[in-house]
Amino acid sequence: MWDIILERGGYWAIIGVMMIGLYIAFSAENLIKRLVGLSMFQTTICLFYVKLANVANATAPILLPEDMPKGAYGAERVADLAHTYSNPLPHVLMLTAIVVGVATLSLGLALIVRINESYGTIEADEIHASDVKVQMAEEADAARTSGEVAV
Amino acid sequence: MSGDVMNETSTSIISVLLLCLLFVMGVAIARLRNLFAVVMLAGIYSLVCAAWFILVDAVDVGFTEAAVGAGMSTAVLLGAILLTSRNAKPERRLARLGPLAVCIAAGAMLIYATSDLPAAGDPSSPANTGTGLTYLQINWADTGVPNVVTSVLASYRGFDTLGETIVVFIAGLAVVLLLGFGERSLSETLRKLKKGDKAP
Amino acid sequence: MKSDHHLILRVVAKGLLPLITIYAFYVQFHGEVSAGGGFQAGIVLAVAVILYALIFGLAEAMRAVPPGFARGLAAVGVLVYGGVGVWAMVQGGQYLEYQALFNEPPGGHDGQHTGIILVELGVLFAVAGAMVSIFYALAGRVAEIRDEDW
Repeated sequence: MWDIILERGGYWAIIGVMMIGLYIAFSAENLIKRLVGLSMFQTTICLFYVKLANVANATAPILLPEDMPKGAYGAERVADLAHTYSNPLPHVLMLTAIVVGVATLSLGLALIVRINESYGTIEADEIHASDVKVQMAEEADAARTSGEVAV
Repeated sequence: MSGDVMNETSTSIISVLLLCLLFVMGVAIARLRNLFAVVMLAGIYSLVCAAWFILVDAVDVGFTEAAVGAGMSTAVLLGAILLTSRNAKPERRLARLGPLAVCIAAGAMLIYATSDLPAAGDPSSPANTGTGLTYLQINWADTGVPNVVTSVLASYRGFDTLGETIVVFIAGLAVVLLLGFGERSLSETLRKLKKGDKAP
Repeated sequence: MKSDHHLILRVVAKGLLPLITIYAFYVQFHGEVSAGGGFQAGIVLAVAVILYALIFGLAEAMRAVPPGFARGLAAVGVLVYGGVGVWAMVQGGQYLEYQALFNEPPGGHDGQHTGIILVELGVLFAVAGAMVSIFYALAGRVAEIRDEDW
């Protein structure tokens, strides 16, 4: 039992944090808060990937001097490593994902600023109510003009 | 070897503590209605995430998260708050229950699914024995660059990074197209300055 | 009439800004041997401009780094990145195959080093330019502040 908690506890904690981000993105009516929740969710996905890439008793994936022999290229292309390193591949993927995340976050914020300028609010339900009102007014208008044409 | 075990145990304890801190901050962000406080807490959240990344040997990711999450996205969010509103409307109590139920169900399913995952830090897990290990082994002979993350980023996966760079460029372009070039405020300021010159 | 409300901020920022900028370039050029690289350096460089804008005003920052220059920098960054790939193709290799830059035999590292540095430089330009333009666009839009907000 204790072994399972030690081995999987990190994942569980990350999943808990992830669900908080998901909850904020779901439940917040305020669009900016919703975007904050979304970016938290994204950060937690990065946590999960990096957790999978972690190797016990390893160091960061920057080669230590023992693994950088002077005669760089021998017969062997695949070298035997003297130290254990963490898996560099998920680090690369998450590094670019974080930078792209902030770019898309700013794009979302730009859209929210435009929404605020045309609706005067950034609450999702108020925007929806205003949409419904405009639609109903348009339909009433259309019904009236078609009625006039018929007469 | 017992030193290593001690080291590993203390690392995992600190890691779980940091994650608990993240959880508490997430709950606080979910409950807060003042958007300024939300943004500031989100910045601190990113900083704690960066500390956690450093703890699990992802130095490059931690560096990026600290610069991006705590620096850049906080500045961008503050700019957006300045242009929209500073407070969120109070939420209806009943409307929270649906998302809460969905999140608890999804979390329970994900936790159930972790029983199939390799144990944390397992060196022989499929993820850690495949391409990642190969990159570590052939990196020095191929590129002669000590930082494997840099060589994978720029050399082995150059196409990937080219795509990411173009995405960042296009996102910047789209923001500029949506919001104008920012010269509006410049002309505003210049007009004010001119008025100020005339007044005295 | 210049207000001196932020005297301490101004003095501290004047000392910090050159350090932040130099640190960005340190991160950029030491990305090969230590943590860092083009993405991080680009963000740090953009943050230096943002700090300048926050403390000395947006108009001052736009005089120092014009918005057009920031947009051009982003475009030049993508072009530099793509250009390295084209250079490799001209030399007879495949797109972005750094080994072909100087037509080295396997084991030669000059092409790899040059390619990686150039590509990271492209990333630096693109990220810094895009982030500064995003900040200018968001900060430069004049807010319509309602009375109840204050």
